[in-house]
Amino acid sequence: MSFLRALRRVHPLIRANFSNSRVTSRWISSTPDLHNPEAAAAAVPEPEFRPRTPVGGARIEIQNPDDSVEVFVDGYPVKLPKGMTVMQACELAGVDIPRFCYHSRLSIAGNCRMCLVEVEKSPKPVASCAMPVAPGMKIKTDTPIAKKAREGVMEFLLMNHPLDCPICDQGGECDLQDQSMVFGSDRGRFTEMKRSVVDKNLGPLVKTVMTRCIQCTRCVRFASEVAGVQDLGMLGRGSGEEIGTYVEKLMTSELSGNVIDICPVGALTSKPFAFKARNWELKGTESIDVTDAVGSNIRIDSRGPEVMRILPRLNEDINEEWISDKTRFCYDGLKRQRLNDPMIRDHDGKFKPVTWRDALAIVAEVAHGVNPDEIVGIAGQLSDAESMIALKDFLNRMGSNNVMCEGNGLNPQADIRSSFLLNSNIAGLENADLFLIVGSQPRVEAPLVNARIQKTVRATQAKVAYIGPPANFNYDHEHIGTGPQTLLDIAEGRHPFCSAILSAKKPAIIVGAGLFGRKDKDAIVAAVETISKLGGVTRPGWNGLNYLLLNAAQASALDLGLVSSPDVIRSAKFVYLMGADDANLDDLPKDAFVLYQGHHGDRGVYRANVIFPSSAFSEKEGTYENTEGCAQWTIPAVPTVGDSRDDWKIVRALSEVAGVRLPYDSLMAVRARLSRVAPNLLNVDARERSTISEELRPEFKQKLSMAPFGAAVENFYMTDSITRSSKIMAQCSSTLLKK
Amino acid sequence: MFSPTSRLAAKRLHGIRRMFLQSPSVSAAAAAAETSRSYSTALNYHIDSPDNNPNMKWEFSANNLEKVKEILSHYPSNYKQSGVIPLLDLAQQQHGGWLPVSAMNEIARIIEVAPIRVYEVATFYSMFNRTKVGKYHLLVCGTTPCMISGSRDIENALLKHLGVKRNEVTKDGLFSIGEMECMGCCVNAPMIAIADYSNGSEGYSYNYYEDVTPKRVIEIVEMLRKGQSPPVGTQNPNRTRGGPEGGNTTLLGEPKPPPCRDLDAC
Repeated sequence: MSFLRALRRVHPLIRANFSNSRVTSRWISSTPDLHNPEAAAAAVPEPEFRPRTPVGGARIEIQNPDDSVEVFVDGYPVKLPKGMTVMQACELAGVDIPRFCYHSRLSIAGNCRMCLVEVEKSPKPVASCAMPVAPGMKIKTDTPIAKKAREGVMEFLLMNHPLDCPICDQGGECDLQDQSMVFGSDRGRFTEMKRSVVDKNLGPLVKTVMTRCIQCTRCVRFASEVAGVQDLGMLGRGSGEEIGTYVEKLMTSELSGNVIDICPVGALTSKPFAFKARNWELKGTESIDVTDAVGSNIRIDSRGPEVMRILPRLNEDINEEWISDKTRFCYDGLKRQRLNDPMIRDHDGKFKPVTWRDALAIVAEVAHGVNPDEIVGIAGQLSDAESMIALKDFLNRMGSNNVMCEGNGLNPQADIRSSFLLNSNIAGLENADLFLIVGSQPRVEAPLVNARIQKTVRATQAKVAYIGPPANFNYDHEHIGTGPQTLLDIAEGRHPFCSAILSAKKPAIIVGAGLFGRKDKDAIVAAVETISKLGGVTRPGWNGLNYLLLNAAQASALDLGLVSSPDVIRSAKFVYLMGADDANLDDLPKDAFVLYQGHHGDRGVYRANVIFPSSAFSEKEGTYENTEGCAQWTIPAVPTVGDSRDDWKIVRALSEVAGVRLPYDSLMAVRARLSRVAPNLLNVDARERSTISEELRPEFKQKLSMAPFGAAVENFYMTDSITRSSKIMAQCSSTLLKK
Repeated sequence: MFSPTSRLAAKRLHGIRRMFLQSPSVSAAAAAAETSRSYSTALNYHIDSPDNNPNMKWEFSANNLEKVKEILSHYPSNYKQSGVIPLLDLAQQQHGGWLPVSAMNEIARIIEVAPIRVYEVATFYSMFNRTKVGKYHLLVCGTTPCMISGSRDIENALLKHLGVKRNEVTKDGLFSIGEMECMGCCVNAPMIAIADYSNGSEGYSYNYYEDVTPKRVIEIVEMLRKGQSPPVGTQNPNRTRGGPEGGNTTLLGEPKPPPCRDLDAC
């Protein structure tokens, strides 16, 4: 309506019209103003110069004042570096330009024409997303010409767009719907038949209704630029143009779900979420993903007690605005196979629900009946820091220090934090110009770290060398070996790769946490460190020696000192599995008592004698540290299931029944305890460097075995108890991983 | 009740619509053909069939491999993908006038891009046929000047004579009819272009037949069927190339120099 007000200011006749008749319908802008833009511009009153808020927190740094230009957006002066676009200038001036094809993380296409603005002395409206700024440019964003140009574009877009918003899943969060509220007409002039397009099968995650497509090509650019899979393309021409794969092909990317978010209309929507809920019914909870060690920032959308969907949240340092398919679609696993009552295994091998009081009493009795040395605690890959410190404190009070976290392997090195973290940080990987990936497949282990490497390779042609089993990469790489022999060759300077690492300015080595399970882990680490010293991988201002962890719990477990060796399981009589489903229990004595505490009836339950139900990450407050050592908090989105409780509360209750009461009764008190053990876990969103010097690291005199490296993740879609119980993930593994 | 003026307007509109609908030259068959107007010979997606699927092996012939090398030598080695259009054209000539999906895959392999980038180009240009065409692919120009001069009648005559629909191949595999946009022969409208794929890329020709009439196009088709080669260019015996009927009427002598300019002084 501001447009109407402006018109009324400039045109006395209209003012008269408005005051006389009570016309409330939208006024069509074919006025003499359009034929005489100078007069219209001259009549605009002096602009106000109070500072404006840039759109979406946009900000710029002008590094070289000589290379900056000043432009005027609706009379408001903006200074910005050369080469930036008119749209960016408008955003800095606090003017939001409507758009469909433009996306800040993708290349500029300039084909939707929705962002047209008027530029003084330009004969036609210009597409602001693709037009670089020129000094002294006078940009006008709310003149009748700009408005009419956008109305024209909108009319053409709506011509072939089915007006099926009531049955469209994008309804309520649709760019086209929102913008047609401003620029659309209330009636159409198009009387022909609308175009219809055949729907494409892109797999079990992305639902397509291609008739709704407005050909912005965001998905095509996303697939080739961010996901690194060249599957989608723009086929045909003119009015017959359509997005497709041409041949029958599923979108085989672990980031494919993001096309749902970037699609400005309802052409690409979530298949599992189809017709489940409207977005305005959902409650969003800002939380953290735990399905891998990246710690992607997510928003859990829930309705009542049910998680309806998971969306990414912007975090430039971790996941930008993407999340992996596993993160996005694992949520249906939260509703299946859940444990909701404490249970005890009967004489006939069946589980019988009991009360918490009975279950705790039995476990406490058994725990006191064994030697303290025979008590073992294993934290699972989804455990939060609070529950792990509670488990460790409890076992310590029982007299045992056999606490570990699965995935950390033999003899974990926890003293120096830089020996298990991604030291150059995820965002810092963009500065590297050479990658050596050792025994890790980032594409399946941490898709968003892989997306960063892909981005770097694409932007700077950084070289990637890979040592490990044959793997699937979505960027150019050189497979230089399969096992430790290649590492030795490089360390001893015999390998052609040595010259590449020596000439690199910022080389980065990424060691996969899958190697932590090997017996010769220390020798591998020693070899990698030799290469690192040789190639100057760690130098002032750059630490390129990285370890890429696999699980959400790994980093905080090492910080908290859950470092005992898995060997202790051979003599265990009482095993406390806190969500540990992948721990190897083959060596466990037959008569050992196993307590499984977790949220899913997964692998850990098979051997359990007693089950304690606990809450999943979507139902509790917990601290998770990601692979770069950044602590983040989850926030409960939905209530817990059945009689389950938070992990640390269960441990606390058990400690009281067992007579070794832990001294904390609230989450704040647990975090106070955390702050004494690992203060960095309370510095949320901060990345603290190791305070201990690298030189203090002990020397290893281990023999390197020549066995080739194995793959750490067999099935990307099923890595933990939540994803293993998810139906969507099962569909993905059966259709997308088909050989 | 409607007002008399609006009733009058409705009547007039009805009359106009009837005038358009009852165009005498348009037969029922043509009306059916017109409802499914499409410019390309195929859908914008691929459907596997025994003679067109990605598992089919497709290679350039030895002769054409030389040509491929020659084509690629025009482009810098890091911009091989620029050669996609000439390579598609070559493949189409070799494969009897159309591009199976395996040929596009082979080209993608040669120019080192993802296959979808080749599919994008092949679907964009209507000159690339992605379904089978006849040995002689007849392309009727359908743009305004030719349409005004009766290209619809020419197309209908061809369709009727050959007994096919648009983009369909005759039973003997000799002919198929497609539509093209303006090929720059408006002065000799109406016109058709005939792509000859009967002898692979060696004997490939692409000729214009201009000033055609419904009778003449059938004669041309019959001559082609008999293996004769009809004269290319204008089919009007009284015209030479783009010149007017009966010889030039203007510009008969040497043009005079510009009047106000002394050329010798320059």
